Amino acid sequence: MFSFDHESNPQHVSDQKPLGCWSVKHGQIITCPVVCNFETHEYIAVHDNKVLRIWKDKDVNLDKVFKATLSAEVYRVHSLPHAEPLVLFRGGGVRTLDVLLEAPQQEIEDVISDEVIKWSEAFLEGQQPVLIFVTEKDGDFFVYVQKLKMRSLHKYKLEQQELSNPLCFTAYIKKQIITLLCLYSSDSIYKVLIPLQQNSEEEEQTLSKSLLLNLSISGSVLKGTSFVVLDKDHVAVLGSLAASDEESKECLTIWNTKFQTLQASKELPLGTSGQLWCYGEKFFFTHGKVLTVVIYKCETSSLAAAVGKLKDSQTSDLCSFLNWNTLQDEELLVSCQSQQSAALKSESTMTLRSKKSTVENIQPGASTIGQLLLSIKDASTAAVEDELRQLLSKVQRPDFQAAIGSVISALINRCKTDPAFYPRNFLIQMIQKRELSYSLCPDLMAVALEKKDVHLLQICLQRFPDIPEEITYACLKVFLSISDEYLERTDVDLESVISYIDIEPNNKEVKTEVVENGFSTELEEDGCDVTGMKEIHMMDSVEFCPVGPQKAALLNAVLHSAYSETFLLPHLKGLPAQQAVLFLRYLHYLYVKCSERINTTLPGVLSPTVSQIMDWMCLLLDAHFTVMVMLPEAKRLLSSMHKFVRAQVRFYSELNKIEGSLQELQRIKCQTDTQAYSIEVLELI
Amino acid sequence: MGEFEVHRVRFFGLVPAGVRCMAYQHRGCRLALARTDGAVEVYNFAANYFMEKAIPGHQTRSVEALCWAAGERLFGAGLCGDITEYDLERLHPAYAVDGFGGPIWSMAANNDGTQLAIGCEDGSVKLFQVVPGGVQFEKNLDRQKGRVLCLSWHPSGTHLAAGSINFIRVLDVRSGRTAQRIMVNYHVPKSKKRECVVWSIAFLSSGTIISSDSFGRVQFWDWERGTLQDSHTVSTSAALSLAVSEEEDSIVVGTSAGATYQFQLLPVKTGGQEKRWVKTKPFQHHTHDVRAVVHTPTALISGGLDAQLVIRPLMEKVQKKSYDAVLRKFTLPHRRLVSCARKARLLLFQFSQHLELWRLGSTNKTGKDGEVLPLSRMPEHLLQLKSKGPEHIYCSCVSPCGSWIAYSTASRFHLYRVQHEGDNISIKKVPGVPKLLLPAYQLQCASDSGRLFIASDRGSVHVVQLLEPGGCKHLHTLRPPAGTREAVYLLASSADGNWLAAVSGDWEAGLCHHCTVPTYSCAVTALAIHPATNNLFISYSDQQVGLFEFSIPEKQYTAWSRSVQNSGLHRLWLERDSPITHIAFNPKNTSQILLHDVYMLCVLDKSLPLPDNNALLVNQSTLKQLSEPARHRQLHAFKICKKFQPLLFADLLDERCLVTVERPAADINAELPPPVQQKKFGT
Repeated sequence: MFSFDHESNPQHVSDQKPLGCWSVKHGQIITCPVVCNFETHEYIAVHDNKVLRIWKDKDVNLDKVFKATLSAEVYRVHSLPHAEPLVLFRGGGVRTLDVLLEAPQQEIEDVISDEVIKWSEAFLEGQQPVLIFVTEKDGDFFVYVQKLKMRSLHKYKLEQQELSNPLCFTAYIKKQIITLLCLYSSDSIYKVLIPLQQNSEEEEQTLSKSLLLNLSISGSVLKGTSFVVLDKDHVAVLGSLAASDEESKECLTIWNTKFQTLQASKELPLGTSGQLWCYGEKFFFTHGKVLTVVIYKCETSSLAAAVGKLKDSQTSDLCSFLNWNTLQDEELLVSCQSQQSAALKSESTMTLRSKKSTVENIQPGASTIGQLLLSIKDASTAAVEDELRQLLSKVQRPDFQAAIGSVISALINRCKTDPAFYPRNFLIQMIQKRELSYSLCPDLMAVALEKKDVHLLQICLQRFPDIPEEITYACLKVFLSISDEYLERTDVDLESVISYIDIEPNNKEVKTEVVENGFSTELEEDGCDVTGMKEIHMMDSVEFCPVGPQKAALLNAVLHSAYSETFLLPHLKGLPAQQAVLFLRYLHYLYVKCSERINTTLPGVLSPTVSQIMDWMCLLLDAHFTVMVMLPEAKRLLSSMHKFVRAQVRFYSELNKIEGSLQELQRIKCQTDTQAYSIEVLELI
Repeated sequence: MGEFEVHRVRFFGLVPAGVRCMAYQHRGCRLALARTDGAVEVYNFAANYFMEKAIPGHQTRSVEALCWAAGERLFGAGLCGDITEYDLERLHPAYAVDGFGGPIWSMAANNDGTQLAIGCEDGSVKLFQVVPGGVQFEKNLDRQKGRVLCLSWHPSGTHLAAGSINFIRVLDVRSGRTAQRIMVNYHVPKSKKRECVVWSIAFLSSGTIISSDSFGRVQFWDWERGTLQDSHTVSTSAALSLAVSEEEDSIVVGTSAGATYQFQLLPVKTGGQEKRWVKTKPFQHHTHDVRAVVHTPTALISGGLDAQLVIRPLMEKVQKKSYDAVLRKFTLPHRRLVSCARKARLLLFQFSQHLELWRLGSTNKTGKDGEVLPLSRMPEHLLQLKSKGPEHIYCSCVSPCGSWIAYSTASRFHLYRVQHEGDNISIKKVPGVPKLLLPAYQLQCASDSGRLFIASDRGSVHVVQLLEPGGCKHLHTLRPPAGTREAVYLLASSADGNWLAAVSGDWEAGLCHHCTVPTYSCAVTALAIHPATNNLFISYSDQQVGLFEFSIPEKQYTAWSRSVQNSGLHRLWLERDSPITHIAFNPKNTSQILLHDVYMLCVLDKSLPLPDNNALLVNQSTLKQLSEPARHRQLHAFKICKKFQPLLFADLLDERCLVTVERPAADINAELPPPVQQKKFGT
């Protein structure tokens, strides 16, 4: 819908034709944008500052529709979905439309004295209408936040900026926080956070602002005239691009605030009115004499996309690498999105502490993380855990990742000094939920190793992309040394083994025995001829896993972690011989299991691949070659492995040999088939 | 019923020409198809996809584009630079108008069918008006360098989109000016810039232009702004052809890798307003370039250089899941290209520009079912007869005694006398062939080899007497009493020489010279007159009716035919998708009739009961396992054999001897040029 000086004109974008047109009488001027009350499907206009008009689609003449003359001048009418429209008066007073219509001549209070309203916006926060407006007086800017239901009005002063003043504002509300974005004449966009739940009643707080985006592109500067927020990482700015040597061109630009890059721009040679609107993934602006609608789409921002290197939009799976720039967890993001309004996408904001916060040693409004770090040092375990739970339940802010790192470091330090202190659940939750890395909390795994917390280690091995080989080796050593009986009582994620190992604790003893037997019987056979039968025998002999399922799952986590051979090999040499043999036996078992399948991959999530198994096998043999040759049981294992691999090699080479014959057969068959002429007998009954 | 000695012939080296372009006429449900050799065929979709008309090709007349315009008129244009209108009644090009722009690469008719636009080698787009009896040059539109490879009218007829190398132009039809010029590889970095050929284009009423190009991209452009809206890469090789559905919500794209893709305009969210083109279905029915695609309301049709015409019904558009929802492939023509001299055991193969005469081999052994018998004499290639001139052969025939060979091209008729002297063979052209109105559409020799029947246009049949030792005389011309404009395309003569049946293009089975078989609104695919009873056996392309037997002496349908119509044919028989192309009779058993289509051979025994829908139709292998009495209960009239596929021709040489001519798809593929190299994993 367009409001001109004299008429208002709703249009259907897809049809590109006006749906209706209403004009006021000559001499009257529409003084604020016409809005539509979506509840009642009525249009609301104000002309000559004080006269309110309300009409419906079917009304033709604006003179004959409902009219109410008000006692004060109206600045703007705001229409909200599922709520009464709000009327903001020039004096700062706010009324809902229904209240106003009950007594049109009611007195409207003057909230602001000499200040002039520059901009206003209305939101719904949990069924509560909230109105925000910005006023100016002598170069000072003030922000007012009015909650109608609560009858509360807060006034803030906007932090002053040298030599530049705000040109344009936009705001959105999320999680009780209003984010006000201001486009300054210094070609920058600043972000101001205004908490909605303000308990202190002090007068005129000053709001500090932070730089969100600098509108400069390689030497040239975008003189923005208006802008809108598209999603949590993108803003669109309409303005003129002035390069040093060229004349300025008007253009519409989309910026990525996360990477401070210009994402897209569209030149508008015919000029615009400087206004830009955005509804439902479409831009609206005037271009020359026409209203132009541009459809846009913001992809989820990533660094690769920002620098134009995005190859595939497929989301990476669980074992993806750490994205240092991702400040938020996907899971949380979804929950945020479901709560926010449709027009605005999620934005990381800092949540001020709610009043419900009961921890006594933290002052409201103070830096939570700093306090938490202090409390971690000396508070009781229960208190710390309580604190941590609260931290987890909160929305993160941009530096949350780093904050979590410092929190974990503090916790680890406490663990080191206080052996009784070990917030295991919190740590596991942290690793599972956040994209942490080894380098962010270097001592975590060391402490876990000390405490033999195998579950935590398993998760770390699965999640961390940057574990040093030394630690990987230490994990392996711990895993191999812990007895299966102990492990049975621990909580280990068995996902990676569940689909190929039978988890039957009852007959496990029997199984181990059988393994031994199987190996010994196999060893007594000493023939180099390999037949299919023998291969099956060998399969039988390694059918049972040499380790328990818990240990297998832990070892799989080791196999799964990244390493460099050069760095791992020296450590691996220190592995006790018995453990090396056990590990080798397990690897052998895995290899046989892999080979059983036609695609040589083990089923299940996070199960090791055949190349991982092979690499570790080779590495282990390299590290312990001399020991393996000496140890009698290792000898047996080695010979069994050798036999298996040799059988495979032979089998494949035989296959290769008969490939030619098979092809020949096929060729011959084709030939007989394609014989050009034959006389055949056909019996029809 | 007994054993047959089957001469299984696979040496007919027919390679059907690739499909070059297609045009679909929505009102008449007809598809016009042009092949790379210049042949034009018309398929009637209403009549079970029967190839209703075929205009043989011409060496110099390539067809690059086909259009239906002004109702049911068919126009073609090609690299010879002419616009040709095809006479679909007389089945030959009616006239050609020079486009004066060099080779014509593309042609498009506007929505009303009143104007034709052609895109020429010299970069010009010319408009022709379709007037009664011809086309008239109207005007030249803005010319730019670069051949115009594809054209598409805006549905309103005000603008034309033309695709060239590296760019697309939009031309204003009224002013003739270029309204927009879109560079298609604008986004490609200069270093990587290769020539980008816009192979196909479509102009939607919303103002969107869809192009497919040699980079394998399908791109959607806003013509007014010249901006790219959407781009999909479907193939690493070229995307050659493109067609839009009438509702403009679905397109089909053919690529040079043989794959076709369907794109659909779908809402981004269910119930949402915003819609996007989404690649929905990939199909791989072809091995070679898909040069032509058509989007009918219910099916995607693609034609490839592998000569296959594939009709892929859209399941969501088909009302009932039945016969209509079946994928169909047509490779072989629905015309008889083989004629057989039963007595002399010769086969005459008709190629596009030559004939081959073969003598069948023989054996002196017998065997059991399925056995391959040793040959006592190998088949022999007796002669090859090359047709002079650029015209392709319309029809050919060998007389039952094997001593006469006749063929016709568009403008000439040839008759040869073949002398067999022991193993030697000599051929002599018969002089003084009567000057007849040509072309001949079908040739048929009387069973005593004494007369030759020549099917001609306007429903007439010429009768020529063949005289020993090598002469001929035009006896008379038979004309239908009612008069028709259509040419005769099928002939059948009776053994006693008294009767001749002829079918003309308007589906009238005329009977010279006594009566007309009641007209049935469907094409006749084959007919034959029984040598003993003089019953005319007719098969129609319609799957609902299928077979009729008409008694000529009594001038009415026979009792058997009536019983067939009353009880109806078996469901599976009706659901066959290829027409019966030949009918033959067992000379010793009057109740046995041989029928065949591409996928099966059937001996119909009229003395046995018809199968009902619950019975097993193809029951030969089952019957073979049954005991004699049980077998007897299971017998029914249709004895179907599917061993020989794809079957071009089958005939009964005598009561115990069959000849089948097969053309395996693998053999055709072996003779095609290698397709676009495709990287296969592990090779």
